[in-house]
Amino acid sequence: MFLGLYNYWIVVLLMMIGFYIVIAHGNLIKKLVGLTIFQTSVFIFYISMGNVDSGSAPILAEGVARYSNPLPHVLILTAIVVGIATTALGLALVVRIKESYGSIEEDEIQIQDQLTEDKTSC
Amino acid sequence: MLAHLPILQVIVPLMAAPLCLFLNRSKLVWLFALLVSAFTCANSIFLLQQVMSSGTIIYQLGGWDAPWGIEYRIDELNALLLLIISTIGTVVLFAAHTSIQKELAEDRHTLFYSLYLLSITGMFGIVSTGDLFNVFVFLEISSLSAYALIGLGKDRRALWAAYQYLIMGTIGATFILIGIGLLYQMTGTLNMADIASRLVEVNQTRTVFAAFVFLIVGVCLKLALFPLHLWLPNAYAYAPSIVTAFLAATATKVAVYLLIRLSFTIFGIEFSFSSLPLQNIFLVLGLVGIFAASTAAIYKTNVKHIFAYSSIAQVGYMIVGYAIQTTTGLMATLLHLFNHALMKSALFLALGAVVYRIGSAQLSQFQGLGRQMPLTMAAIVVAGLSLIGVPLTVGFVSKWYLLVAAVEVGMWPVAVLVLLGSLLAVLYIWRIVEIAYFKPPLPGREPVQEAPWTFLAPVWALVLANIYFGIDTRLSVQVAQAASQSLFGINP
Repeated sequence: MFLGLYNYWIVVLLMMIGFYIVIAHGNLIKKLVGLTIFQTSVFIFYISMGNVDSGSAPILAEGVARYSNPLPHVLILTAIVVGIATTALGLALVVRIKESYGSIEEDEIQIQDQLTEDKTSC
Repeated sequence: MLAHLPILQVIVPLMAAPLCLFLNRSKLVWLFALLVSAFTCANSIFLLQQVMSSGTIIYQLGGWDAPWGIEYRIDELNALLLLIISTIGTVVLFAAHTSIQKELAEDRHTLFYSLYLLSITGMFGIVSTGDLFNVFVFLEISSLSAYALIGLGKDRRALWAAYQYLIMGTIGATFILIGIGLLYQMTGTLNMADIASRLVEVNQTRTVFAAFVFLIVGVCLKLALFPLHLWLPNAYAYAPSIVTAFLAATATKVAVYLLIRLSFTIFGIEFSFSSLPLQNIFLVLGLVGIFAASTAAIYKTNVKHIFAYSSIAQVGYMIVGYAIQTTTGLMATLLHLFNHALMKSALFLALGAVVYRIGSAQLSQFQGLGRQMPLTMAAIVVAGLSLIGVPLTVGFVSKWYLLVAAVEVGMWPVAVLVLLGSLLAVLYIWRIVEIAYFKPPLPGREPVQEAPWTFLAPVWALVLANIYFGIDTRLSVQVAQAASQSLFGINP
């Protein structure tokens, strides 16, 4: 029971690792890496969900009668594209942040923001 | 042609977005985007009429039957949301050309319009589709374009706000994806109606319970419910004015729609409100949100920040209406969706006009604007009164129904707290009025001119709509009532 569902345990573990990195790290790139791990764990979750015992890949071939469920694969193809778009946009933002703040560390950016805020309010 | 209206609503702006890149002349692209947007507006009015007269429209994409193919399903709730998004989108876009000339570099104008159209497409898609995975994909289309739109802001803090929104938004969307996966695992289908019918057999399982929790948390992140609202204030404050006016009026509304759709149509009222103490959780979070956000708004010095926090408080009202769990409560939520879209777009657009003239949204810069920009400031005052909930404005109508709903079920404390929350709104609106009307113009500043008519026309159109729908409530109340009754399964 415990080991039989090992892929789901891996999914949960990866999810937690990704989520932890997003929360705990101050480096913007590392945060994005964490986010990607978090998303990837969901991809694995969908793919294990579509698996059929001793079923082959959902491609027509001679001598194969059992196929895995193709729908989760297709869905996850879409989600992967979405994930890539998110990562690309995130990295582009990091590049722009680096250009205008000169740093990609969360705490340094916040200090700089605090300084500008103090200047504009008085 | 008529039969294809539901899909045209989504397809036309989707196709128009890349076409913008070919036009590549600022004014031309603006006219094109405006045309497309006006088309969706007319389309949604037509859809609403059709729904109100002949019931739910079901559109099957590519002619495939529902559980296998994707279907679009437009009922009263969807039609109302489509109407809100498309009208606000069009009216706000009308002022876009003037506004972004000051706030954006010339070479970014085309990109701005295509992102704007993509963002609208995503929202239309979320609202019209009857397929759960489609919801996720459209959610990401609208969110990704929203992150980019926010990042266009002139201030460098816009980039940081967009990045934070991206991280939180993606976590929310991934939670929704996990929830959808768990639901698919239990039912083997992605069609909302189909899931709803099959869920009855398995809804006592832990998997369905987990799916519900993941979906609710994900959606609450998107709609900026109180403890999950951290991305919102900065994103609204540093985005270009037009983007703020548009997103504030539509983005969170779409998430509220999703919450209603999930808990009423898919999981069913019984499961949604009995498996979790959802009523208590949402009541408490909604009320705390109203007070915490309104108090924060009172202490802010940037007017965009003030109204951003007030948006979080308004989401609180919607959630309270939802948590009351009666048809009247839900009706108050839907009315507030409609009304808040009207008042917030008017406020943020008027602020856009102020930023256009004085280049800043700092409260201290507002000194003397009451005399120098009388029409713009009058618009802010009227829309502000609407935000407070003064009679003869739309704010009063939705708060009235909210109070009625709370009193109906005997939740007196809730009714009292809602009224007290409105008093806090008086405080932050009054601060703006005081500085704009009762302080002398800022020394050493050139006299400020009234905003150009391209701003005043849409702002006043929205302000007049605020007053009109505050007096003649037939349309909004009728649609909201029909939608909430059909969600509760009552046939009028």
